[in-house]
Formats: sequence, C-alpha cells, structure tokens
Amino acid sequence: MRMEDNLNDVSKSMRQRALILTNKLGNLGAHIGGTLSLIEIMATLYLKVVNIDRDSLYDENRDRIILSKGHGALAQYLALWKKGIIEESELETFKRDETRLTAHPARNASIGIEFSSGSLGQGVSLGVGVCLALKRKNLKSNVYVVLGDGECDEGSVWEAAQSASHYKLDNLTVIVDKNKLQYDGATEDVLSLKNLQEKWKSFGFKTLRADGHNEEALYKALTAEHEGQPLAVIADTIKGKGVSFMENNPLWHNGRLTDEQLKTALSEVANGKR
Amino acid sequence: MENVKPSEVKIWSRLGSCGAFGMAMTRLAQRYENLAVITADLCFYSGLERFKASNPDKFYNVGIAEQNMVGVAAGMASEGMNVFATTYATFASMRACDQVKVNMGYMRLPVKLVGMTGGLTTGILGATHTSIEDLAIMRAIPNIVILSPSDALSVVGLTEAAAKYDGPVYIRLTGTMPSPIIYDKDTEFEIGKAKVLADGDDVSIVATGATVATAVNVANALKYEGVECRVVDMLCIKPLDEGAVDKSIKKAKLLVSIEEHSVIGGLGSALADYICDKKAPPLLKIGIDDRYEHAQSYETMLQKYGLTEQNIIEKIKKKLGRIK
Repeated sequence: MRMEDNLNDVSKSMRQRALILTNKLGNLGAHIGGTLSLIEIMATLYLKVVNIDRDSLYDENRDRIILSKGHGALAQYLALWKKGIIEESELETFKRDETRLTAHPARNASIGIEFSSGSLGQGVSLGVGVCLALKRKNLKSNVYVVLGDGECDEGSVWEAAQSASHYKLDNLTVIVDKNKLQYDGATEDVLSLKNLQEKWKSFGFKTLRADGHNEEALYKALTAEHEGQPLAVIADTIKGKGVSFMENNPLWHNGRLTDEQLKTALSEVANGKR
Repeated sequence: MENVKPSEVKIWSRLGSCGAFGMAMTRLAQRYENLAVITADLCFYSGLERFKASNPDKFYNVGIAEQNMVGVAAGMASEGMNVFATTYATFASMRACDQVKVNMGYMRLPVKLVGMTGGLTTGILGATHTSIEDLAIMRAIPNIVILSPSDALSVVGLTEAAAKYDGPVYIRLTGTMPSPIIYDKDTEFEIGKAKVLADGDDVSIVATGATVATAVNVANALKYEGVECRVVDMLCIKPLDEGAVDKSIKKAKLLVSIEEHSVIGGLGSALADYICDKKAPPLLKIGIDDRYEHAQSYETMLQKYGLTEQNIIEKIKKKLGRIK
C-alpha cells in the first residue's frame, strides 16, 4: 500500500473523530476549523516523520513536536491516538473537567505533550531553546514547531526566527498551517502576510511549499535536507477541510456542531476524495 | 558561603550588583556543566564579559529580543540546562511578561530570570529604564520565587541558591556601584529566609534590596533619639519569610516597609497582605508613590520620591508622633 493510501484512511478517521467529538461537546464547541486543516500535517509528522512512540516518551533521543498553534490541540491528540500513545477511550474526555486532553495542550510527557501552549507566537522560541540544548548535549533529535499563518502576526515568532537562523539550527523545522483564515476573517483582509514563504526565506530559513492535505508532499518537504539552516515548510491548507459548509469559513474557527450538521459532515468525509 | 576569599567581598562590592552577578555566573560555571546564560544584548552591562570569554559554549545572546530570550531559556530549561536569563528588570517583567507567565508560572520551567537595574538605579535614563513595578508583576504570577539581594555578597549567595533550586526564580538586582557591604563571607543565604540586622522593640523596619543599607543607617540615627529599631532584610519577597514578619509585629508600635518599588504591589503590599488578618501594629509603607518622575540622577530620584535616609527618618518620626 502506498503511503498515500495508508495515511489517507488514517486522516479520514481522524477527521471523522474530530467532528464527532466536537458535536459531543454541544455548546462548548471546539476549534474544529483549524483542527481539520491540521489533520494531514499531524498524521504525517507523527506517523511517518518522527521517531516518537509510546516507549520513547522520556527518551532524550526522541524527536520533539511543539504545537505552537495550541488551539489545534485536537488534531494533535488524534495523531497521538493513531500512534498508540493516547487510548481511544481517553479521547472522549476532550475538554471535559479533569481531562488530560485540554482545549489547548497542557504539558504532559506521559502523553507526549512537550509544552503547554495557546498563547500564540511562543512555540518557535521554545523550539530554539530545545534545539540549542540538543546541540549542547550532542543529540541528533529534530524539533518540529507547528504554527498557524495568523499566528505569524505575532512579533515574537520573528524574534525566534532570527535567532534560529543566527544559531544555524539545522535541527529545527517550522511548519505553517497556511489555511488563509484567522478569527476575524481572511488573513489577507485582517493583516496581510504578503509572501509568507519569502518572509521565512529572508529570515534565513530554507523554505519549501507543500500541499498541506497531501501526506506524500508533506513527507517530502518535512524530510528535505537543510544543512546549516533551519527549515520552514509552508503548508497550503483549507480551514475546515473535508466539510463543505466549513471549508474557508471563518465562522468555524470555534464552532458548535449540531446532530444534523454532524450527519452531513461525516458522510462528506466518508465519501470525500482528497 | 563556600569558597569566598576575604578580598573577594570587597572586590565584588566595587563591581556593583551587576558585576557581582557576573562573578556569580563565573563561579557557577565551575560547578554546573549544564549551565547556560542568556542575555538580550546586555552582556557587557551584566558583567558577563569575563563569563563569556571563559565559557563561550555556555553563553548565548538573542539580541534585543526579550520575549524570545525567556522562551529560549524555557526551552533550554526543559532539556535539563541550568538556565540564567538576564536583561533590565523592566524588560524582564514587562516586555516578556506573557512568556514569564506561561513558561515560568504555568509550566514552572526552572528559568532563573535576573532583572538588572531594578528600582531607580538608572533614573538618569528615565522611566523606560527604571523598574518600579516588577515585584508587583512577579508576585501576581504563581510559582515564581522572588529574590532581592541587598549587597554584593548576597547577590552571589542568592544566585547560587537559585542555581540549586529546581523551579523558576526571579532575581531583582538593585543599587549602584559600589554596593554596600552588609554580610560577611561566612553568611549562608537561603531561599525564603530573611535576615535580622538589628533588634529593637519600638519600630520594626523591613527593607529590601538597595534600601537595606539605608535602613540600617536610619535605625542607627533613630537609636540616638531613643527609638529602638529592628531591621529586617527581606531577601526573599516570595515566599515571604512569615516567621520573620511574625517576630517583627509582636512588640513593635510601628511596622515600616522600605523599597525602591511602587507602594502598590511590592514588599509593603506583601507585608500588608500578610498582616491584614492578624494582630499587628500599623504599617507605614515607604516606597515610590504612584507616579513616574522625569529623568534625573539616581540621587535626585531618591529625593523626589522621599527615599533618602533623611526622608525616611522624618517619615518614621512623623508617624510615631501620630501613634498613641
């Protein structure tokens, strides 16, 4: 089976589970739009790119994934589930009181969550610190920081980017979930990012573009060589991917899903091609 | 303290609090292979030149980017490095405040954040460079130990205590060059412990940082006028040494706090928070009142805010006069 087909089923299953869990949360809702744009990125990272597994959660040789775009947490939990690090039954506790699976990630090595996040723009700095420490300790692990494109509004992202390239951190990879939307609307309308890929390039990163919903393309980009400099992968995605009434719709940044809507959404995902 | 030569106390004092901090880092490099020191373009100012020259692999500069500095420090700390990050107190507490909250407060990553020029030291540069709010900000964030050394030896001693501590710390450096000499080389410094410098039952003075030396002089002056003062150096603002406060409110007719910090949210407020539900004398908070001053020398700043030795003596006497 080609990687594509294999992961395609996994992504479909993750998408469906995300929708079901969002519906179950009723009025609490969930950040479903940005979760759906992240599915293939998380699946590819966890299942094909990194060396993380249930037995290596405390191993200093593990790769580290930092979800700087914290509100995409559900996508991360679903990938950890597919990786066997989170039990299926625990998924039901998402956003409930006492859960380990909080709306924004809460640092917990036992389920592979490296850092708490949610306040946007802080993950690249953490990644830089980890990368510097890894080099100090002579460890060959890689660090992957997942960002949103709206998140790139934050100045702190660029402070970190400058230090990453200054210190030639070739063990750092940044992936931007470029779904072209943020809370208040299209990124172009709220605060134009102009050419985001050029920006990362000018900050000293090797940059690659990839279809963010194509696992093979993502894999190729995420494992590309980048000697002497950090890598930025700009992944073109669709917020709300897979569900017609959610796609490219800013109203689904944080949304509630009725039973009716869930039914439609699930069948669309089931029948959907990529 | 271990390994302190008698001559070093004088030498460190001449260097001032930042220079003493630089010396502390150089000493720590011998003991901690996993030490990392990060600056935001203030290596020279922080007294870290010597450290950088002899430990280049342990030194990092992130440029004028304080938010990144705290985040990078946190990332390194998560990997087991013993990390000290330093910049001016105002930038450490305000510019990078969200990173301090999330990384140090919420995740409790053991970053040791050192704020230089706390208080009015750099008054000549204006309000942008002084820090009269940092204690208030740090106190309000859970899980952060707050240390406030009062002389060069305590800078080194408390920095070493912070290095041993497995949790987030904020160290506030105050005062000018040279630092006063309050402690001798055999003093031990511990997190959570204040030190009593003088005893007396009339007035209890609790001071911190650069105001401690002044407080000692104030107490001596008042003694000549028949007022016996207890002087407490609150070296640790959080956790507050409650035992030391308990002893200070037992007999005294007046409790006085002195700090180079706003009267809102700093040492005085910490004392007020503690004694408000206890049997205690009135508290006279001496500090910076709720306003920014125009840029001027440190000495003039202290006068304008009523923090000179003479100002403080008068304030205490006036308050005593009003107490039955």
